[in-house]
Amino acid sequence: MAEMQIKPITMNFGPQHPAAHGVLRLVLEMDGEVIERADPHIGLLHRGTEKLIEHKTYLQALPYFDRLDYVSPMNQEHAWALSVEKALGITVPRRAQYIRVLYCEIGRILNHLLNLTTFAIDVGAMTPLLWGFEEREHLMGFYERACGARLHAAYFRPGGVHQDLPDDLLRDINNWAKTFPAFIQDMETLLSENRIFKQRTVDIGVISEEDALSLGMTGPCLRGSGVAWDLRKTQPYDAYDEMDFDVPIGKTGDCYARYLVRIEEMRQSLRIIEQAIAGMPDGPVMAPDHKVTPPNRGEMKNSMEALIHHFKLYTEGFRVPEGEIYTAVEAPKGEFGVYLVSDGTNKPYRCKIRAPGFYFMAAVDHLSRGHMLADSVAIIGSLDIVFGEIDR
Amino acid sequence: MNDNDLIDNVGNISESPLQLMADHLGDIGQGLSLSSKVVHGEIELQVNAADVAQVLMLLRDDRQAAFTQLIDLTAVDYPERKYRFDVVYQMLSMENNMRLRVVAAVAEGQTLPSVTGVFMSANWAEREVWDMFGIFFAGHPDLRRLLTDYGFEGHPLRKDFPLTGHVEVRYDDAQRRVINEPVHLVQEFRDFDFLSPWEGMHSELGGKPSASDPDKTAK
Repeated sequence: MAEMQIKPITMNFGPQHPAAHGVLRLVLEMDGEVIERADPHIGLLHRGTEKLIEHKTYLQALPYFDRLDYVSPMNQEHAWALSVEKALGITVPRRAQYIRVLYCEIGRILNHLLNLTTFAIDVGAMTPLLWGFEEREHLMGFYERACGARLHAAYFRPGGVHQDLPDDLLRDINNWAKTFPAFIQDMETLLSENRIFKQRTVDIGVISEEDALSLGMTGPCLRGSGVAWDLRKTQPYDAYDEMDFDVPIGKTGDCYARYLVRIEEMRQSLRIIEQAIAGMPDGPVMAPDHKVTPPNRGEMKNSMEALIHHFKLYTEGFRVPEGEIYTAVEAPKGEFGVYLVSDGTNKPYRCKIRAPGFYFMAAVDHLSRGHMLADSVAIIGSLDIVFGEIDR
Repeated sequence: MNDNDLIDNVGNISESPLQLMADHLGDIGQGLSLSSKVVHGEIELQVNAADVAQVLMLLRDDRQAAFTQLIDLTAVDYPERKYRFDVVYQMLSMENNMRLRVVAAVAEGQTLPSVTGVFMSANWAEREVWDMFGIFFAGHPDLRRLLTDYGFEGHPLRKDFPLTGHVEVRYDDAQRRVINEPVHLVQEFRDFDFLSPWEGMHSELGGKPSASDPDKTAK
């Protein structure tokens, strides 16, 4: 048979594709089944969060952060709360710090459960998803009991957290934390040594240490390439410096290494959760400065000053001193930063949100060149992409 | 860095490594007009727009500075200024565990050199800034719009761009496709300004106890 010349073809992946993890349109230039160039078209979920925040008071801006990475909402709120607190120069009571650390780690497990299980389904394993979502249900139950909402929490406020935890919640979280290692073990038996899973992930989407730095990788994607960098350790915020935990790193920088790093991070999160519950101090959960934080309900019934504070806070809001501040937290996906420019009024002048996923998505072209079409799915899955934060 | 510097800064321990780094950057950046200062515990480096790529390369390759990551790149719009935009580069040095902000002021229509050759992460970040602010980066390999719709006009994060935008989309049954139309608001756009014209009370004035005083709130 005569030799055939195959023309390079352009293929459209998405915007509605189950393996695109949201609304991603990927235009692929293919040579047969090999990807020559990947051009992600993003912005289909762009809601203009940064523009909207410029028109809202500092407190009204907070719920927008839930809607960025909607898989781990409280972690983004944390970045906002910390940056406003830094600008105002207020300190948060210790109990609030512990509650925040506790819920950030719950958020991390929530996020990793979603990512690892959907990653598994992308490469052909159905069961982890069904099991993992049952565990996520428990965790979202804890969210709901703390703040009344399963996803869009609006729980971390500048100055602390909105309300104290109800009775028994800590006990229930502790009970759950005892059962969770068995689940991780079960999930690992399904995936970690699974022949198909390893064939689909080992040596796929390798990021070298040098590239990872240049590409702006953070979080598990950076640690998977062997860089020991975790903001919870290196630039600790809230009560993280009192917690004892390890930072897992990968060696190979491929999809499998990123998977292993996330599995281990869940175990470490569990350690932090247990320490936060055991060491949970008593006391208030909001800073006592009522120019920034609302007075409690009971006080408002009797005190005129408390009523005025409440009224002023929810209409005018509080003023933040002039200045520019960059604050970053270690969100489950990586470094989530808020660059806040304040002009001294009650609304931010500019708020730039540094989403880790944005840089992961930008790296997809670099990572998928020379790989097969099916590998692009594994790469996207292993990068942990959520479009809420990429498109903003 | 010599011993004298360290001794000078003993009184201000938390700031001293930052100040040392700021001084060091001033030293290595001689010939490029730049000024460094430490505000809010962060180093800010003001540079000439034309030198940005050079400065970033210097920051990355200098052994002592080692700012090996460009964490973020964005812009801030100040319409009343002559150099209207501040383009802001957030850098991270893992070796020194230090952050740095490089700020370059550019006028409308002025171009900046692209830093995609120095940091790969600048690629999409510059596309976003072009999309949102209309700042042109010379030498960028593929400067297309990133977040806005195909065929979008205008630069949304400029301060003179209205919050509601200029167009809205809907599905048109007759034409059987999604169409753009000028924004039609059923109700007047409301953007309340609750900012009080008064400065409010300062606790340091008059010596009155402030609301943050726990004794007072307990009453």
